[in-house]
Amino acid sequence: MRRRPLALAVLAATTLAVSACAVEDDPSSDTAASSSGGSSCSPGDLPTLEDGTLTIATDEPAYEPWFSDDDPTNGKGYEAAVAYAIADQLGYAKDDVTWVRAAFDSVIQPGPKSFDLDLNQFSITDERKQAVDFSSPYYDVTQAVITTAGSAAAGATSLADLKGLRIGAQVATTSLDALTEVIDPDSDPAVFNTNDDAKLALQNGQVDAIVVDLPTAFYITAAELDDGKIVGQLPDSSAGGDQFGALLEKDSPLTECVTTAVDALREDGTLADLEQQWLSEVADAPVLS
Amino acid sequence: MAVRGRRRPRPVLTPPAPAGLPAPSALELDRRAWRRSRSRRSTLVALCSTLLFAVVAYLAVTRSPGWPRVQATFFSPSVALDSLPEIARGLLLNLKVLVVGGLLVFVCGLTVAVLRTLRGPAFAPVRIVATLYVDVFRGMPLIIVLYLVGFGFPALRLQGMPTSPFVLGTAAIVLTYSAYVAEVFRAGIESVHPSQRAAARSLGLTHRQTMRIVVLPQALRTVTPALLNDFVSLQKDVGLISVLSAVDAVRAAQILVGRSFNFTPYVVAGLLFVLLAVPSARIADTVAARARRRQQSGSLL
Repeated sequence: MRRRPLALAVLAATTLAVSACAVEDDPSSDTAASSSGGSSCSPGDLPTLEDGTLTIATDEPAYEPWFSDDDPTNGKGYEAAVAYAIADQLGYAKDDVTWVRAAFDSVIQPGPKSFDLDLNQFSITDERKQAVDFSSPYYDVTQAVITTAGSAAAGATSLADLKGLRIGAQVATTSLDALTEVIDPDSDPAVFNTNDDAKLALQNGQVDAIVVDLPTAFYITAAELDDGKIVGQLPDSSAGGDQFGALLEKDSPLTECVTTAVDALREDGTLADLEQQWLSEVADAPVLS
Repeated sequence: MAVRGRRRPRPVLTPPAPAGLPAPSALELDRRAWRRSRSRRSTLVALCSTLLFAVVAYLAVTRSPGWPRVQATFFSPSVALDSLPEIARGLLLNLKVLVVGGLLVFVCGLTVAVLRTLRGPAFAPVRIVATLYVDVFRGMPLIIVLYLVGFGFPALRLQGMPTSPFVLGTAAIVLTYSAYVAEVFRAGIESVHPSQRAAARSLGLTHRQTMRIVVLPQALRTVTPALLNDFVSLQKDVGLISVLSAVDAVRAAQILVGRSFNFTPYVVAGLLFVLLAVPSARIADTVAARARRRQQSGSLL
């Protein structure tokens, strides 16, 4: 996934500026919201689609490791677990959550929504913010090393095992930065124009492994490579990368409450625990050290 | 064939006045003075118009509303200085490809050209294959050949198939450029007058001897400027091997641009390539000028 650190920095700065302005515009309502945040975000007060029920959407089919067995109601998979955690934080019991399906492409268009919030690996971008609302991010995309069975990197369990290998990444991405900074291989990294070139070179044995972001790694190893394998995630590699947020209707009255809930989950370590459980252990993408 | 005979004395352009001759007339001295003044005047006019043009161009560029941004994005001296070591390191790879590729292109191109000009019905398949090769690779964009060779050959997963982007990239460049250069050589070979060939054969030389001793030396001399032109073009195209994941000057610049969102590294890489091309261009000019002088002086065929 192509991205530019500076553009992201600008984006982040703009976001900060915008939120700062919002605070300055109306400081009284902000303090009011945070002081009475607990009560206004309770199921009785929340103007959800159906009273007393939280309607959460995702795509059909829902993919591993974000969901499990294409069944969001089982609460398995990272996003399913986060969805129930958010619902719990807002005060909804597991039975009060209704799941609906919504196609990724249609959801990011402006207009009324058939759900209260949607978790479907939506990267938060400025363009999308023009059309829809996002909660604060519940996942920072990390970088991962993938390879094919039989490659020299297939047995690697640590960063040191990767150091002597020939590893590739796409030019001008956080993946390449993570490759040169976190792995710091002995030989020059192989730098490709696109991830497709890198995948082909990996299949050809021209490189031992490639670095892509974790969601892409899940997709490539599951759907595109015959015997793809995730070696592991790179530590501290999420800086400047994509962030996933829950999507809501533009100017939804719920956005603030969902954001508060996600922030609380982040602070009490729930998000980190769920990430460890569903992405590192179940999806077998350990964080390399 | 060049017949080495008496050397004609080189025409002397400005003969020193022999002591015995009378001094130039007043009229001649006048003429000389007038010519000198005209030449001074034209130098002055040229100088003024160049200066004026430079000032207008400078003002037009620097007064344009976007100039500060352009300057910061494309011509930042500090970014240029920072990026120079990495880009220069990448340029080394370009130079390696250029030297190895250039030599191989010369040999392969000449071979294909000679094969294409073989006579005799028995050589028909050779001629057909050589012609097909030239048609295909002269028409196909280099970047596509690079992809096909660079990712296609390793995909065969044959034992001993090289996977280094240097080897594969050089192979793709040699494939494409040999087709161009073969055509240049063929044009040179065909430009040698048939009487030369006939004369050589009538002296009892075989086809191979005729080619080696009579035709090729003359053909090479004719096509040298065109070959050097292709060499300059090759110098730039070696930058394309970056698509095969090699970190050459272009890719090094691209990585730096991706990191800083400042385009100065591209300009630095471009200037390095220009610096590389300037000597070749001057050599090409010199060689062409020398060939023209020789041809027109009549001392050579």
